[in-house]
Parts: sequence; C-alpha cells; structure tokens
Amino acid sequence: MRPAEDTAAVSASVSASGAGGERTAKGRPPALVAGLLVTLAVLVLVALASVALGARSVSFGTVIDAFVAPDGSSDHTVIRELRVPRTLLGLGVGATLGLAGALMQSLTRNPLADPGLLGINEGAALGVTLALGLFGLSDPAVYVWFAFGGAALASAAVYALASSGRSGSSPVRLALAGVAFGMVCTAVASAILRMDPQTFDRMRFWLTGSLAGQTADTLVRLAPFMIAGLVLGLLLARPLNLLALGDDAGKALGVAVNRTRLLTGVAVTLLCGAATAAAGPLWFVGLIVPHAVRAVVGPDQRWVLPYSALAAPVLLLGADVVGRLIARPGEVQVGIVWAVIGAPIFIMLARRKRVAAL
Amino acid sequence: MNVRVGPWSVRLAPRALLVTALLVVAGFCVTVAALSTGEFTVPVPDILDALFSQGTPVAELIVGKLRAPRVVTGLLVGAAFGISGAIFQSLTRNPLGSPDFIGFTAGASTGGIIAVVSGGSAATIAGGALTGCVVTAVLVYALAYRGGVQGYRLVLVGIGANALLVALNSYLLTRANINDAATAGAWLTGSLSGRGWDHALPVALALLVLLPVCAYVSRPMRMIEMGDDAARAMGIRVEVVRGAALTAGVLLSGVATAGAGPVVFVALAAPQLARRLTRSPGVTMGASALMGAVLLTGADLAAQRLLAPTQLPVGVLTAAIGGTYLVLLLRKDRH
Repeated sequence: MRPAEDTAAVSASVSASGAGGERTAKGRPPALVAGLLVTLAVLVLVALASVALGARSVSFGTVIDAFVAPDGSSDHTVIRELRVPRTLLGLGVGATLGLAGALMQSLTRNPLADPGLLGINEGAALGVTLALGLFGLSDPAVYVWFAFGGAALASAAVYALASSGRSGSSPVRLALAGVAFGMVCTAVASAILRMDPQTFDRMRFWLTGSLAGQTADTLVRLAPFMIAGLVLGLLLARPLNLLALGDDAGKALGVAVNRTRLLTGVAVTLLCGAATAAAGPLWFVGLIVPHAVRAVVGPDQRWVLPYSALAAPVLLLGADVVGRLIARPGEVQVGIVWAVIGAPIFIMLARRKRVAAL
Repeated sequence: MNVRVGPWSVRLAPRALLVTALLVVAGFCVTVAALSTGEFTVPVPDILDALFSQGTPVAELIVGKLRAPRVVTGLLVGAAFGISGAIFQSLTRNPLGSPDFIGFTAGASTGGIIAVVSGGSAATIAGGALTGCVVTAVLVYALAYRGGVQGYRLVLVGIGANALLVALNSYLLTRANINDAATAGAWLTGSLSGRGWDHALPVALALLVLLPVCAYVSRPMRMIEMGDDAARAMGIRVEVVRGAALTAGVLLSGVATAGAGPVVFVALAAPQLARRLTRSPGVTMGASALMGAVLLTGADLAAQRLLAPTQLPVGVLTAAIGGTYLVLLLRKDRH
C-alpha cells in the first residue's frame, strides 16, 4: 500500500476505534453525508430514466399513468412488467457488485480485486449453468445456491492459488490466478451448453451479462440474499478498517482477524452469487466503482462501502440504458457495454506505476 | 555435459534428452492410436500402406482423408501453442503468463468470428484469426509500453484487452443468427474435428520459419529471465531478443488459433509440465513443443473416445487438464 493511503488508513482507523476519534474526521462527515444523499438522488434519476427509456418509445405522461392509473395497454404492460423489474434488478445487482468489489479490495489489499476479474462471478455462473443445464432447476431461489457454491469455491481457489509460492500474493498473481480459474469455469460451462443447444440459445444472453429477460419473480426470489449480503457487508466496515493496519495491529485493537476474513468471504459469496444468478457474470463493476469512490472519500471503509453500493447501480443502470438506446430496436447487453467502458479504465489503472508497488 | 566436435561444442542435459525422447515416443504412440482406432479400426500395417503406398480404399479414405489431417493438425497446433506459451511464460516470468490470458487468443477469436459470421471459408477464418491476433498483440504491446515493457504491465494490459475482446466476441455471437452462432461457438471452444490438410499447412509453414528463430532466442531469453540489467551485462541486446521472441510467440499463437480455434490451457500447461519433467531451471522450447503436441493430440483422442458416440470438442478436455494443472500448481507450491 502506498504511504499516503497508509497514513490516511491509520487516521481513519483511529477515528473508528476510539471515542475521541471524531476529532480526526472533523468537518468531513457532513460533506460526506451530503455526497451520499446526492449520489442517492442521482440514483433515483437514473432509475427513472431506466423506467422511461428503452427500445420502445413511451412518452413521460404514459410512464406516470402506468403507475397512477394502469389501463392494461401494451405500453403500461411493458413498463410495469418489464422495465420496473429490470430497473430494480439493476439496482440490486449494481449495489451488490459494487459492495463486493469494495470488500474484496479491502480484504485482499489488492487494487485489482474484482468479482469478475478474480473468477468469482464465473464460478457462480458455472454453478447456475450446472443447475439449469444439467439438473433442469429453474427456480431462482434454488439455483442461487449453486451460484453460492461456485462463488465460494472460486474465491477459495483463487485466493489459495495467488498466495501460494514464496513471493506471496501480488496484484498480478491474483489477477492471473483469477483469470485462469475463470477460464476453466467458462470452458466447462460452455461445454455443458454445447451439449444442449436449447439451453445455449436461452443462456447465451445471460452469459454475456444482461439485465433483460428476468421476471419480477426472479427478483423477489433473489432479493433476500442480496439484502442479507448488503447488510453483512456494510456491518464489516469497522473491522476491515482496523485490519487495514495489518493483522497484528488489528488483533491488538480487538478485531477477530479470522472471523472478519471469514465473514467478508461469506458476504462476498452472497453478493456475487446472487448478482450472477440475476444478471450473469459481469466484469469490472466491482473494480472501478470502489476506485473512484476511494479517490473521493478516502480510505475509510465506513464511507467507501456505502458509497460503492450506491454509486455502482448508477453506473450499471446507466450502462444498461445506453445499451438499450444505441442499438434500437435491438439492444446491447449491459455486460458488453460495461466491458467496453471498464476495460480501458482497467488498462489505465494497470499502466500506472503504483499498481505494482501496492 | 558438453560434447565437443572440433571447434564446436554443444551443451547437453541427459535428463532433458531422455524426456525429449520419451515425449517423441509418447507422441508417436498417440498418433498411431489416433490413426488406427475409432468407429472403424484400421490395423497398424494397413495405416502404413494407406499412407505410403497403395492400401485398401476404405483405409485410404479414413486414414488419409479423415484421421491423418486431424492428427497432424493437432500435433502442429499443439507444438505451436507449447512454444508460444514457453515464450510468454519466460517473458512475463510467470507460470500463468500465457497467450490465452493476455488477450492474444481472444483477439484471434474475434478475427475468426468475424470471418465465420461473414460466411468465410477455412482460409478466410485462418487469415482473420491471424490478423486479429497480431492486431491485438500490437495494441497490447503499445499500451504496455512505457520506456520498455515490464512483464507485469504486459500481463495486466493484456487481461484488460482480453476482457474487452471476450465481450466483443459475445456481442458478435448474440448478434449472429443461431446457425452462425453455433458454428462460431463450436470453433470458439476449440475443436479439431473436420480438419483437412489446408488447416495444417499454415501451421506447418509458420513452424518451419519460426522454429529457428525460437531456437536462436531461447538461450538469451534464459539470461533475460535473470533481469534486464544482468542480461545486458552479459552482452545481450534485450529489446531485440524480446521483440523477436514476442513476434514469434504472437505469430505462433495466431496460426495455432486459426488452425484449431482458441484451445485453452495447452499454452499454459505444456511449458510447465515440460519444465517439471526435464527439471530445467527455466522454460524449454523443444520439450514444450513436444509436450504441447502430445497434450493436444492426447486430449483430442480422449475427447473423441470418452463419451463415444458423443464427440466432445477438444477444448473441453484441455480446460479440464488446465484445471487439474492449476490444482497441482496449488499443491506443489504450498510448502
């Protein structure tokens, strides 16, 4: 970790741990709270845009009517049964992936940690493919458990792969291990799909990462898991702040190191599993949002985590709306839009000298 | 062990020679098995007749037209992937550095898919794949260049490019009609089925031209593994050697992908397995090439026979091998 961030982490952690801590963060919380509210407001705006805009042009008055006085017309049905669930799904998936990325970057102290890059979403996707393609399970509340299984296996395997060897874990090792593991998962999943062309046709959009085509029922079935993951993740801000000082210092300050690690792992698994079950394996959402957030609010996880959870859905829904508008009357999957935005930013991050030293 | 003949001396490692010999034998056995077994068994003497003199018409059709091109393509593509993997692992100084992960294979796939979707022939697909691979490599190299290319930056930029290209590939697949998508999907998993001599020829030519280059740079690359400064001190022109090695690696992975689709993990596993077997301190080109050839043809044989009559694409098997290899890597380095 670079020195500037280290000292900032120390001051943040001190403020987190002691009664006199409010001093160090003096003057910042009001601005940060205001920023959080602004982000929330932007999120609401983007969500409204996501309901109002799409391949089918619907006037704004009709959109309002669809909620106030639904008359069962096709425009109203499109809005109530397709766009609203899709928007809510985008909110849920964005928040979970943003938080998951922030948690992973904090836990691994690795600036390149991302659920997609580290193969965790691919592991979850393999689980879903197994459930749908081989066992024919179609209830989201059932197959999400396969996604959890895949995500948990992937996180354990990638972490172990990257930290094996004498040199220990480094950003590049972690990224390579994640990509390698993700490729195994993707290859196995595509093998399963090749034996079953119908499932392949149904799932090829999902495999790209897409918010379309999920019903309100899927959302209702997956929401409990997303909420559980979000709550658990946000509760971990304080112990993660202290762990940023190193294991020994954290222990001295009263953090149960292994328990915190385990709980973070559980939260990441819940978040990534549920998000992937809903929208397919998405890359880079969890990588770029926490980076941007840290640049604004500093390293204090008590702010980084909620900001990430609120800012990520803004970008995800935004990308989804863009994908709907650029290829009318068809649409571009959000996973593709997001990769086109995310990959150049990732390359930019990778070009910075600091990444290697971190 | 040094062997001197007049003014010339060659350094030989007995273990490496033994392993190389064993790999040649293994490759030969796999080839014979692949040529003779299957739904229609051709006895070994008939194979020789069919290949080198007049055999029975059936044997000539099955061995000469169907099985031989497939096996030869497999051997050549495997060797090309093996060498290309050895080069990239040496350049990135990382056992996971492989053209699969840093976007080159994905770029080749993009070119290939574009060719498939626009209804191209085998030659167009090969050309598209090679072009895609080279363009990607140039872009990745340019983006990773900041006063010289560091291995880690090449890897990270490559991973980003890989993600972008994979998304682009899926986009192309979702825009294609289901028939083109299925064809391209099959090619994307990596498959050797239905390969003819026209698939094998470009790989053979590329190997013929590039093998001497690879042999020439393999020694200096060992030096570069010790660090650029150390290599310079030994009198090696680091950027020249690295450029030559990169070019050879990119071209080989491009033609290999063109030949059999992006078969994953051969380039990753072959050099490492070869290194473990020969107990050489660094990656070795010759043994890696042989290992790649044996791995790919062996995997293809298994993919045809394991679930017969269902034919798996060879990419599935190599992915399974890759997964096993990752687990081994985990266990091996644990202590």
